[in-house]
Amino acid sequence: MSARALINVPKTAKRGEVIEIKTLISHVMETGYRHGTNGQMIHRDIITSFTAKYNGEEIFSTQLYPAIAANPFLTFHTVATENGTITFHWEGDNGFEVTEEAKIVVE
Amino acid sequence: MYRLIITRREVLKTSGAVALGAALPGQADALGQMETAIRRVVGEAEIRKGKVTLDLPPLVENGNTVPMTVSVDSPMTKENYVKAIHVFNEKNPQANVISVRLSPRAGKAAISTRMRLAGTQKLMAVAEMSDGTCWSDTQEVVVTLAACLEDLVP
Repeated sequence: MSARALINVPKTAKRGEVIEIKTLISHVMETGYRHGTNGQMIHRDIITSFTAKYNGEEIFSTQLYPAIAANPFLTFHTVATENGTITFHWEGDNGFEVTEEAKIVVE
Repeated sequence: MYRLIITRREVLKTSGAVALGAALPGQADALGQMETAIRRVVGEAEIRKGKVTLDLPPLVENGNTVPMTVSVDSPMTKENYVKAIHVFNEKNPQANVISVRLSPRAGKAAISTRMRLAGTQKLMAVAEMSDGTCWSDTQEVVVTLAACLEDLVP
């Protein structure tokens, strides 16, 4: 399954600065509460969890429910501590799994 | 003879009481779903009002994507930080909206996302602090076009 993820992390930050991270991933987030044209329930297909790690240390994790709109958009914050990579990991129903990363330079 | 005449005031009083009585069970059910979900997540902790700001547009035209921001007033230090933020709704098929785990590494306890709303309802954000206390904020949202109700178009 191909899913496009957009990540917005500042390229550079000052040490100790609180930075804002925005993520958006393409996904239908089918609730499992809707009927299809044949009258059958459409099975749930959502992203259930999202985690962000800063050089391997977890900085943010969340559990998502069907009440989250299609193409889940998330904004959160973290303290820029050191140069490195922030990895983003989405997991969902039907084996959905996407990992993305972003580099950050801390002065 | 006098007592047999029912005044307009008495009629209003009784009908008012009946209407109130009829409205209560429905309200209790709706609150029940949200309340149960909240208790399942935060346990028996007392939930106080304050510290949390749940920001949503008061009038929503399209319930399929509603921008939502939750911020918590906290210094986010090692001694005093927000452990988790949970958002609950009253009338969607499922009461949970999102659960977020935070650490002092967050620097700022604020998150934004977009959610679905199946009709006009109340939303509640609960923040669990590192000292074990829980704080909350409630918001009423009026929705013109509800999510989840429309079926797929062929």
